[in-house]
Amino acid sequence: MEDTPVLSLLQVSKAFGAVRAVREVSLELRAGEAHALAGENGAGKSTLVKILSGVHRPDSGRILLDGQPVEFAGPADAQRAGVAVIYQEPTLFPDLSVMENIFMGRQPRARLGLDRRAMRAATAELFGRLGVHLDPDRPARGLSIADQQLVEIAKALSRQARVLVMDEPTAALSGQEVARLFGVAGTLREQGVALLFISHRLEEIFELCQRVTTLRDGALVATDPIGDLTPDALVRRMVGRELEALFPKQDTTAGEVALSVRRLTREGVFTDVSFEVRRGEIVALAGLVGAGRSEVARAVFGIDRWDAGAVEVDGRRLRPARPTAAMAAGLALVPEDRRQQGLVMDLSIERNIGLAGLTALRRGPLISRLAERERARDWAVRLRLKFARLGDPVNVLSGGNQQKVVLAKWLARRPSVLIVDEPTRGIDVGTKAEVHRLLSELAASGVAVLMISSELPEVLGMADRVLVMHEGRLVAELDRAEASEESVMAAATGRGRP
Amino acid sequence: MNTDVLRRWETLIAVLLAGVAVWASLGVDGFAGDSNVSFLLLDTTEIALMALTMTLVIVAAEIDLSVASTLGLSCAVLGALWNAGLPIEAIMPICLLVGAACGAVNGLLVTRLGLPSLAVTIGTFALFRGLAYVILGDQAVADLPPAYTGLATSSIGPVPLATVLVAVLAVVAALVLHATGLGRSIVAIGANVEAAYFSGIRVKRIKLWLFVASGVMASLASLVYTFRYASARADNGMGLELAVVAAVLLGGVSIFGGKGTLPGVLMAVLLLGVVRNALILADVANEVLNFVTGLLLVASVLAPNLGAARRRRTPSPVEGKSVS
Repeated sequence: MEDTPVLSLLQVSKAFGAVRAVREVSLELRAGEAHALAGENGAGKSTLVKILSGVHRPDSGRILLDGQPVEFAGPADAQRAGVAVIYQEPTLFPDLSVMENIFMGRQPRARLGLDRRAMRAATAELFGRLGVHLDPDRPARGLSIADQQLVEIAKALSRQARVLVMDEPTAALSGQEVARLFGVAGTLREQGVALLFISHRLEEIFELCQRVTTLRDGALVATDPIGDLTPDALVRRMVGRELEALFPKQDTTAGEVALSVRRLTREGVFTDVSFEVRRGEIVALAGLVGAGRSEVARAVFGIDRWDAGAVEVDGRRLRPARPTAAMAAGLALVPEDRRQQGLVMDLSIERNIGLAGLTALRRGPLISRLAERERARDWAVRLRLKFARLGDPVNVLSGGNQQKVVLAKWLARRPSVLIVDEPTRGIDVGTKAEVHRLLSELAASGVAVLMISSELPEVLGMADRVLVMHEGRLVAELDRAEASEESVMAAATGRGRP
Repeated sequence: MNTDVLRRWETLIAVLLAGVAVWASLGVDGFAGDSNVSFLLLDTTEIALMALTMTLVIVAAEIDLSVASTLGLSCAVLGALWNAGLPIEAIMPICLLVGAACGAVNGLLVTRLGLPSLAVTIGTFALFRGLAYVILGDQAVADLPPAYTGLATSSIGPVPLATVLVAVLAVVAALVLHATGLGRSIVAIGANVEAAYFSGIRVKRIKLWLFVASGVMASLASLVYTFRYASARADNGMGLELAVVAAVLLGGVSIFGGKGTLPGVLMAVLLLGVVRNALILADVANEVLNFVTGLLLVASVLAPNLGAARRRRTPSPVEGKSVS
């Protein structure tokens, strides 16, 4: 295996504003090898994939194709170089046939229009090579996600792709479909394609791949032959320490019910969702992206209307679509998108912190600037916010500190129920631990915490109970003892309890 | 840093205002006289009044282009009711209600139907003016009570009474924008409406009331206008909306919302008034006048964006959309 890698990255870096998403990462992809990319959410995997596929241009570092430096000015360049990406949710043209999707933009021409016969034959040949049975003439609409991925793979193959990147392809697949995908991947490998495989499921990495590169906080941890690692060792590489040390949830005794959600339904989004969160508890809402978790949170807080069901906070029934009423009842929501929903980026730290509690700052009809500043300073100190001046706009802060401002804004209201949606997404490990400690302390002080998180270690480390959603429904409720990476993922992918 | 830039913008307007005033006093005959200063102030009354609420509306990232038409409709109602023999004391509150109704129409269309205010108020710009003509036709109602027409043109020393009204309302508007929770909310709505909504701010309600306030202010301006000229006509205040928007933008309010101060706007109103007055006194043609106003407006919209545009590279279509 000492031959030149097909594609390699050398010391590649990419930053978005103050966030250094990828820092001096090197990676070699070899023909006939399946290479895994492991790391927590926010470790830089997706950014790396976007660099490989020409979507992002690296700020520094080089890309080598067959040992020769290349530059991808856009996705088209990467495609020409033989790099193809299969995403978790493929984007086919639903009204075109399978074969038209495969040959989109490169359809064989006949004298009049397209040469459908040649296209059909070529598609059948591709499917034959992959060992796939799909009708080339059927429309893409209605294909399962697994079949859509296979169409994408056939498309990549028809473009003579030499590097196939699969970005969490198995997240939404059933066990059988995963087995079929891995069969196809094996065939591709035998044909000399270099595979880059991304998955949160460690057992899949061990099943499919020969080497694994681990990223943490945008930096390369190591590249190892898979035989040198155990799953536990890989998790340690990803997380950087033992799970217990990272997620210090204190044991608390759950008090009375603070948030009660009964049979909540928003048509086409989520259905019949019922759960309770008690004082002192941290309840995690787990599931795949798109399962409807954030949507439930938005509805509970009153951002979106619900069609049926009821929400009670401390026994007070909320009216739908009234954030102000939900806040008055003691609810707080730290939203998913901190830059768009959590903060007004151009406004100062103190104004942002004050924004959710303007009436508390009033002295007579006017706002007291002094009270505004005191409130901000008080919470900035408590949350150990790193800032120069409270009058600085929040857009100069790092992601972790911005998240602290959002937390300060809501904690200053002293909520009885705190909903946090992806509270540590895209923030550094140190701040992450601080946020976890904070949530744990809040629970200990009697706040009911509902935490939405896509990071399994976070869910498993923090939560007293784990609720799992799948396709808009609550499909499992696991207590601390029952919750494991396997049981949560099984429920999240709709495979029921293992 | 942002507030520093804003402060510098307001300083610039202040310096410009002082410069133009000094130049006009020295170089333009009759500019510095008491009666001219008094006339200049009086002449900016309607623009200043409407600019106060327009500032709040634009800071909230909306716009109301129907203000001058609302003014015209209010004038027409006043004229028609006066012709019908109603006492002026009964007519004035009715006019204010007409203004409130106009604002409510705008506000409801924007907040309930989610239509862009630019489109809505271009529509009602034509609608309200058209209605004014339907009500009063092309007649001019001029036999208005001298007690009121006199009041509208009277002064305390060189300061017109109408300017005192402007000053009082300006203080109120400045306090609202810069020192109340409502003002904080308006700024937040303009800067990031989603984050404002997620903070429990009643976005729709506030926007609705801003449009109502804008309508009421336009009808208040219509009363001053009618009495000042002792003439209620359907075409009163034609074209004033552009002068109002020009003053607000020149005053440093961002057309994209979220930024701006009332002192800046008031200085810009004065600046535009002084330039206009001085050019008229210097016998400059009306067309040149409009050209200069337009130039100032374009410059005011351009200036804050030029620096930012130069710092920015042209990004790829998806650059920076995702971090992880």
